[in-house]
Amino acid sequence: MEVTVDQVKCVGAGQCVLVAPEVFDQREEDGLVTLLDPAPGDHLRAAVDEAAALCPAAAIGLEGPR
Amino acid sequence: MSTQVLVVGASVGGLTVAEALRRKGHAGPITLVGAEPHLPYDRPPLSKEILAGDWPDERAFLRDQAQLDALGAEFVLGRRAERLDAEARKVELDDGRTLSYDTLVIATGLVPRRLPFQGGLGGVHTLRTLDQARALRAHLLTALNVAVIGAGVLGCEIAATARELGLSVTLVDPVPMVMARQLGDELGALVAALHVRHGVRVRTGVGVAGLTGAGGHVSGVELTDGSRVPADLVVVATGSTPATGWLAGSGLSIEDGVVCDSRCRAAPGVYAVGDVARWHHERLGGSVRLENRTNVVQQALAVADAIMGADAPYTPIPYFWTDQYDVKLQIHGTIPPGARLRAVDGEPGQARFAALAEVDGRAVAAIGWNHPRGVMAARRRLIQPS
Repeated sequence: MEVTVDQVKCVGAGQCVLVAPEVFDQREEDGLVTLLDPAPGDHLRAAVDEAAALCPAAAIGLEGPR
Repeated sequence: MSTQVLVVGASVGGLTVAEALRRKGHAGPITLVGAEPHLPYDRPPLSKEILAGDWPDERAFLRDQAQLDALGAEFVLGRRAERLDAEARKVELDDGRTLSYDTLVIATGLVPRRLPFQGGLGGVHTLRTLDQARALRAHLLTALNVAVIGAGVLGCEIAATARELGLSVTLVDPVPMVMARQLGDELGALVAALHVRHGVRVRTGVGVAGLTGAGGHVSGVELTDGSRVPADLVVVATGSTPATGWLAGSGLSIEDGVVCDSRCRAAPGVYAVGDVARWHHERLGGSVRLENRTNVVQQALAVADAIMGADAPYTPIPYFWTDQYDVKLQIHGTIPPGARLRAVDGEPGQARFAALAEVDGRAVAAIGWNHPRGVMAARRRLIQPS
């Protein structure tokens, strides 16, 4: 699974950090998303799916087999 | 599982249920019925980026056609559900069609309130749909004096957007403080001051007696203290009611929303999500209905889980945000009237701060004012009775 984030779209809601803290973090100055792990293991699939669904800015993309 | 899922409501809640069901392996048919002709779109930008003209309309759409096609769901758009027969598990649409289901998801959202004296005057707007946002934007480009009736989240955002477009703006609400219901008095005062600083006339604590018109177009707002606000554009943002009219006679319990148990279940095989759903929040120990974007998605995920057989109560910490001028305000939890603010980073009143709202020394909400990371740190200090 490959995860991408779009900092231009990101609104700093922090929902992704709440559900997948192993994968996402927020920048100190403006809270915009940063990627801790662009290729997380499959055990994180459900959490990343949920983060992508929860993101109010649709700023999280993911590719790869289900 | 090949049961037939019918989702009434094709906005973010309905779409999220459908997508989550597919992710979780539901292979049966899914039908979404949407009253609006548009593909699913996002509402928060309507009062901000779309209204301001910063985004093209397309950016509000949640998915493109290819993504929706990949979902393998049937979209019935521009059609309203008119009646539910929960016993027979059928929904009647306004074109006479009847759709059967094994599982029904009610995601019909809200209907904006109208003023009793709103009448048919031109220049009086409400904002809930993309079409209404387009009409309001077009009018904002030619109007001079805007009166926004209702100083809740939506009214405040519209006032800020109109002001940034250079219009003269008056914000009116009978409640003494702006966004009092969401923010309480202390934080509400900061938002009121923000609007005043940007040149909005804030007229809170005074009611609206009526509208004046000339030649069929609105010309002003009469207030209960006898004063008059000249306005060639009026926005009515006095809240909304759950869109449950079509459920009359269905046997479902309707009480300011579709009444659900702690699993967001209204009846066997019937669930409700989003603004229309009132459910039993086990952790808060009471009946809750939330009108915010984050809850819609979280609840939709929970309902998809429940449809797929999970059995867990839905107990979120409510979260909402609002963007006004250069301020992003983020709230986790709920701020009851009389809550006191305690600074966590910076001080309330500064351009950037994080704080906790406390009741009897207990943290009930985390607040970030231009401080997205600070609010997340503060959120961790919310006491969560388990």
